[in-house]
Amino acid sequence: MQPFTTHTGTAAPLRRSAVDTDQIIPAEYLKRITRTGFEDGLFVAWRRNEPDFVLNQPQYAGASILVAGPDFGTGSSREHACWALLDGGFRVVISSRFADIFKNNSTKSGLLTVVLPQADVEALWAAVEADPATAVTVDLQARQVSYGEVTVPFEVDEYTRWRLLEGLDDVGLTERHLAEVEDYESRRPAWLPKALPALPA
Amino acid sequence: MPKTLAEKVYDAHVVRSAEGEPDLLYIDLHLVHEVTSPQAFDGLRAAGRTVRRPDLTMATEDHNVPTLDVLAPIADPVSRAQVEALRANAAEFGIRLAPMGDRDQGIVHVIGPQLGLTQPGMTIVCGDSHTSTHGAFGALAFGIGTSEVEHVLATQTLPQYRPKQMAVTVEGRLPEGVSAKDVILAVIARIGTNGAAGHVIEYRGSAIEALSMEARMTICNMSIEAGARAGLIAPDQTTFDFLQGRPHAPQGADWDAAVAHWRTLRTDEGAVFDTEVVLDAAELTPFVTWGTNPGQGLPIGGSVPDPAAMTDENERRAAEQALAYMGLTPGTPLREIEVDTVFLGSCTNGRIEDLRTAAELLRGRRIDAHTRMLVVPGSVGVKLQAEAEGLDRVFTEAGAEWRGAGCSMCLGMNPDQLQPGERSASTSNRNFQGRQGKGGRTHLVSPSVAAATALTGRLTAPADLQSADLTSAGA
Ligand code: SF4
Repeated sequence: MQPFTTHTGTAAPLRRSAVDTDQIIPAEYLKRITRTGFEDGLFVAWRRNEPDFVLNQPQYAGASILVAGPDFGTGSSREHACWALLDGGFRVVISSRFADIFKNNSTKSGLLTVVLPQADVEALWAAVEADPATAVTVDLQARQVSYGEVTVPFEVDEYTRWRLLEGLDDVGLTERHLAEVEDYESRRPAWLPKALPALPA
Repeated sequence: MPKTLAEKVYDAHVVRSAEGEPDLLYIDLHLVHEVTSPQAFDGLRAAGRTVRRPDLTMATEDHNVPTLDVLAPIADPVSRAQVEALRANAAEFGIRLAPMGDRDQGIVHVIGPQLGLTQPGMTIVCGDSHTSTHGAFGALAFGIGTSEVEHVLATQTLPQYRPKQMAVTVEGRLPEGVSAKDVILAVIARIGTNGAAGHVIEYRGSAIEALSMEARMTICNMSIEAGARAGLIAPDQTTFDFLQGRPHAPQGADWDAAVAHWRTLRTDEGAVFDTEVVLDAAELTPFVTWGTNPGQGLPIGGSVPDPAAMTDENERRAAEQALAYMGLTPGTPLREIEVDTVFLGSCTNGRIEDLRTAAELLRGRRIDAHTRMLVVPGSVGVKLQAEAEGLDRVFTEAGAEWRGAGCSMCLGMNPDQLQPGERSASTSNRNFQGRQGKGGRTHLVSPSVAAATALTGRLTAPADLQSADLTSAGA
């Protein structure tokens, strides 16, 4: 996973709430078996059908920070939604509330999800609509978002922050505790099911 | 300290817990399908890792599978490659696979319970958000992303943070024609599409206890549509009766030991929930959605809402965007909305009981001449059972199409899709824009509303049929 420390870029205001992962990337793009190359599916229906969709506006074409309405990433667990955002040039999504699985997936794929109060999201929307070239800095080290004269702190749990700063993947971390896993396994009841083919009755 | 059911199951699976770190949770069953697994297997290969517990892992093909000519090679090369990748990965890593044509094949959330692999008190994960379905058995079951799939394959564990606890209590008796689907749509309309974020929901109360296992699965299935991490229901005699004799259920002395344990899986008196929601079953009516998320639903007697009357800015904007997409005008009675297609199936409502309910309404009648109805059993097991009961004939004689098992038009990764602008009444779980095909418009409904709608061509409650003038196909 690519480490995340601090990022400065321009931001795109996505004034929509409950953006589900089917909108971020529709199912037809999920047939691929690669982990990259999903940018063509990113918000594809809105990009094709809505000329004034924010990412169709040239002033936001180079944005790397997405500022979305509440409840971003609801619905399907597809991690492809995070990959599509990363492939589409985004490093950060800011919203007042994320769906759990999306947020979880983001921390595994190196996309930073930042929760800000809705009032701060509205202020950021207003700022980048007034001046799309506004430079926005998201500093994970200092846990703050800043642009112009404004600095807003955000919360992130210490463990997730450390993993993202170091770019660590979970499997390697868990493998340090395999002895405890084995110990747990030795205590599991024998009647728990196995997925192996059942013998004919 | 008194604990909730979810806390009991969670605590029993903590392998390791350390200050300032997520807990490491043991996973009893890992279900795998073709869409969210290829990159995880690639990750294992790249790191030279193996699957730690192939015996606790089961794979099937469901999302991409065609529902016609299921034994022919998949026509779409990209879908075919994905299914072939799963077959190669299952063979390489020693995982049991139920491929197309196998009698155990089906939607991943239908086959787990059907095989008896889903049991009370287990932790179950799958790279699929509707894994919450398995919570109907009192399991802690939740959807994960592909990185987590890789983590579970490699270690049989998952780092987790303790979820918050929500109780949804439904007391009383459901009126005639009102089903589990209506209950869960009403819950989601009440709390919103992300209203249970961070929570596990326990569904309880006399109305829940009275439900069959199939109906409980319908409710738990859509927990994710309220944003919950998982949803579960305490196991009881209904659960045990469902499981007994299934291929993977414990037998003999093991069965007795298991049931003795399962009986302890109840929320303790005095356990505290972070959030509580209460519904009166007697007040519920058939529910349908009008918008583009599952929270935008109303009783079928209602009308398309007017965004202008909404005070919350985000809600108003979302409703405007939804109505524009759905091609609906505020004030239109929901019962006047005409549909082109009715889809009966999915992991929400593709089980035998759902098919029986719909068939009962269709028996001896013909569906509307301008409406097509697709009936897609959730698994080969459900399909065979339905055919043994003659339900396939009821559907085809009514003019519906009887198909092979899979996800099908729930998400249209196979050829079963809506055309742009087409409108469906669907027993699936998501009415998102384009979910059932580009430009398709979805109204979520229960199986009985789906059948009634197929007969009239407009959104219809089963109770409306008695008064309606319907031509009988029979003598
Ligand atoms: S039926 Fe629909 S919701 Fe269920 S697993 Fe398949 S695609 Fe997902």
